[in-house]
Formats: sequence, C-alpha cells, structure tokens
Amino acid sequence: MVIVGIVSGSIIGLGAIGLTLSYGVLKFANFAHGDLMTLGMFLAFAVVVDAGLHGGAIGPLSFGWGMIPAALVAMAGVALVVLGLDWLVFRRLRARGGGFITMAVASLGIGIGLRAIVQLIWGPTAFRYQSGINEATTIFWDLKVKPDQFFIFGLTLLLVVVVYLLLYRTKLGKAMRATADNPDLAEVAGIETEQIRRWTWVIAGCLIAVAGIMLGIQAQLRFSAGFHLILPMFAAVILGGIGNPWGALVGGMVVGISQEVSTEWINTGLKPAVPFLILILMLLLRPRGLFGSTI
Amino acid sequence: MTLLEAHGISAGYGAAEIIHDVSLRVGDAEVVTIIGPNGAGKSTLLKTIFGLLRPSRGRITFQGSDVTRASAPKMVAAGAALVPQTSNIFPSLNVRENLQLGGYRRRHGTAARLAEILRLFPDLEHRPAERAANLSGGQRQMLAIGRALMLDPVLLCLDEPTASLSPRMRGQIFERIRAINAQGVAILMVEQNAKEALRLSDRGYVLVAGRNALEQPGEQLLANPDVGRLFLGQETASA
Repeated sequence: MVIVGIVSGSIIGLGAIGLTLSYGVLKFANFAHGDLMTLGMFLAFAVVVDAGLHGGAIGPLSFGWGMIPAALVAMAGVALVVLGLDWLVFRRLRARGGGFITMAVASLGIGIGLRAIVQLIWGPTAFRYQSGINEATTIFWDLKVKPDQFFIFGLTLLLVVVVYLLLYRTKLGKAMRATADNPDLAEVAGIETEQIRRWTWVIAGCLIAVAGIMLGIQAQLRFSAGFHLILPMFAAVILGGIGNPWGALVGGMVVGISQEVSTEWINTGLKPAVPFLILILMLLLRPRGLFGSTI
Repeated sequence: MTLLEAHGISAGYGAAEIIHDVSLRVGDAEVVTIIGPNGAGKSTLLKTIFGLLRPSRGRITFQGSDVTRASAPKMVAAGAALVPQTSNIFPSLNVRENLQLGGYRRRHGTAARLAEILRLFPDLEHRPAERAANLSGGQRQMLAIGRALMLDPVLLCLDEPTASLSPRMRGQIFERIRAINAQGVAILMVEQNAKEALRLSDRGYVLVAGRNALEQPGEQLLANPDVGRLFLGQETASA
C-alpha cells in the first residue's frame, strides 16, 4: 500500500513541481494545471500511437524510444499553449491589476475549456499505451514494483534537482525568485519581469507535459485524468511550501501515501477526500508549508 | 553638461495627478537633492523619471535621449539606478544574490564588481550568505545602494536613503553617498533630513504641493528662511 502511495505520490509530486513554480513566480493558483497535463498526455499519445512512432523498447519499460520525440512535441506544445494563454489572458489581467482571485478564476475557465477541447478531439473513451502487462519486479520481501514506477520515481527526483538548481544556481532562476519576491524592485534592478514570466510559463509548461505523459503511462489516458489530480497537487504544493520544489516532492509523497494508507480505515470511495483534509489542516496549522516558501 | 532633464512633468496615480508641471536638471557628477513637505510629490517625481509611472505631460531626457516613456529596465540599461524608499531589497534572497541581481544586465565582470561593492560596504562584506530579511535597517539600505551600483550607473537616484535610520547610520550613509559621488556618479536624492542632504548637494529643489517652489545651490537653500516655512506647507513660493 505504501509502495502504491509512493508511485501515486510521484505523479502528484511531478505535477506539483510545475504547479509550485507557476504559483510561486506568477502568484496565482493555476486551476488549468491538471487539464494542461491532460493536453501534454494526449499530445505525446498522438505522436506515439496516432502517428505510430513507437520506436524500439527501452529495457523493461512499457514505452519505447518513440516516447522521447513524443515528450519533446508535448513539451513544446504545452509550452506554446501556456505562452499563448499568458499573451491572450493572464498578461492582460496583470496589466489591469487583476489579483489572485481574478487570475485563478480565469484559469478555472481555461481548464474547463481545455478539457472540452481534449474531449472533442480524443473523445470520452479511455486509452492505454500498452495492452499487455508491465511485469512487476520484486524489490525486497514481497514488495513488487513495476519498472515504469521506478522510472517515474527517478524522473520526479531528477526534475526536483533540476528545478532546484535552476532556481538557485542560474541567473534566470535568481531573476525568477526576484520577480516572485518583489516584481517592482526586479524591474528597478533592470530585470524585464514580463520576459521572466514568459520563461516561467515555458519551464512550467515543459514540466506539466512531462507530468501528463507519466500520468498517461501509469494510468489510463482520459480527458479528465489531469483534472482529477488538481486537488492532490494543490495539497502537495501547500504542504511543501509554495515555490519549493523539494516541498512539492515531499508534499506529493505525503498526499499519495496518506490517500492509499487511509483506505485501511476508510471506504476507498472516500480516498479523494484525504487531500482536502490535508489542505485544510495545513492552512490552519502551518500555512507556509512544512518547509516554507523558497520563492 | 546635463545628464538628466525633466521638463514640465505631470504625473500621478490613475486620475489623481500628484505632480504638476515639474522641471529639474541633473548635471554630470552633480549631487541634486529634492526636498519638500510630506505629500509634495517627491517620490512620485522620482518614480516618474525612472519609468515606474507614466507622465501625462512633459518630457524627460537622459544622456541626450528621450526617455519619457522608457520602462525601468530601459532606464537601467541607459545607465540610471534607483533605490526605492521601501521594499528596496529582495528579502528571501541572500546578500550575494541581491547584489548579483543588481548586476543582472552585466555581461561580464560581475564577480569583480561584487567584490568592489562589498569593499565599499564593509558591513556586508562578512555576511554574503546572510538572508537579506535578517539584516538591520542600515545594512539593508547599504545593500540596496550596493545593488543599485552593480551596473556602474552614471546616475544614482535615492528615495529617502536615511529614512528611519539612527543618526550614526545616517552619517554613514551620507558618507557613502559622498564617496560614490567622488567616483563620478551623479546623485539625485529625495531626502527628509534636508540639512544633512543639502550640505553635500550642489543644488537643491523644493517641491510643494506637487509643484516646483525653489531651485538653488545647496548652501543657499540651507540659508534660505523660506525653506522652513515651505516645509511646514504653509506657503507656496514661486520659483
């Protein structure tokens, strides 16, 4: 159960890294994040399955080398969509002094629209990358883990390190933190904050696409798959501290594991309520998150 | 030679115009101080010059180019720097990162400049990894000025650099401003501690109710009996 929780926590954590970055720098809760994940998921699916670019097998993983160009297409696609949305909606709202609520509500509407578009194109049916069985490997005692699950956990860890290094070791990352901290002062320091926001969207878009692809590999591809993850992802971001990539990972793990372990005592149908409970408790007891905000 | 010239500037927030038809000039390596009672529009003028507010009328030139509609990053690129009165550091970043961000537009020589700045402000030299939020008021002000100097500006604009500081720290800040000016950097300063500021100024402007009231050399303004009355906001003298 804990292993299942860790796997589900990896997916939540992976999605939460992009969410925490956009929340921290762009200063609003992007409720379209889950639906953008779905878009990334289906863009990669279109390359691998619809366009038939499977490629040779990668060891024991359920997907082949074709997933690499598919991921690049999905990352570019989602990045372009979020840049377009920023140009069309969010930039204009910022210029008019639109605050947190205005931006969040706008993103909610965008999410509904995106979900409808994905459903229109790919339909309501659920798809799978692989019809066969992805054989699980025994790691110790009776614990069995699928190679895909190992891969997802490793990729999540890698991306956390990459985002951390980006924020703390690069000029762009420091400018992103400065923009998050005090956008007016960042302008005064010569930083083109609008450019930094666009870079944030591009990076978040790439992270969103990767998270969506991994969600598709781990579960079924369905038009509402990302949407159902939005609350656990927000719980993970708030739990770990807004803007903190390590916090997003730990938050994702806590949410994932508690969801799974909770089924020992509560009805499985009530499992989705666990992130709600975590979110409420965190906001009441420690609103800055377990590790505090880093940006 | 004139470095910065603002001519007939009017600006404000939304429909509320704060400054009306204000003009000022800063020459190369000159120290110019703007004084005036609270609400006179001194900070608004500085923000307008620096591109943080758009003027509704007037023209601003900097180093011979029209910068009336230039954004703050464009002003920085042109060689100006601003230290706002409040929120003038990045609190969640450390001292070194704050200074590095000041040099964001530098293509090379950031490390060398950072070392020079730290030498100029010894209080900061021993705490490069200290989170800026943990610094004292005076240290924060030094960090903010240091950040602004990272790009070797030709004009440094300071908005109330000694506000809320102890007399000892005020003295240190004015001493640093004098040292910065001695390196050829022109200073445009808004300051409430008028006496100390005017002592090191070549010229001073008095703003009252958003309009130019007086313009005189620093020493003359200090000796001008009208200045006291103007500070109390009881009377508006003509320029």
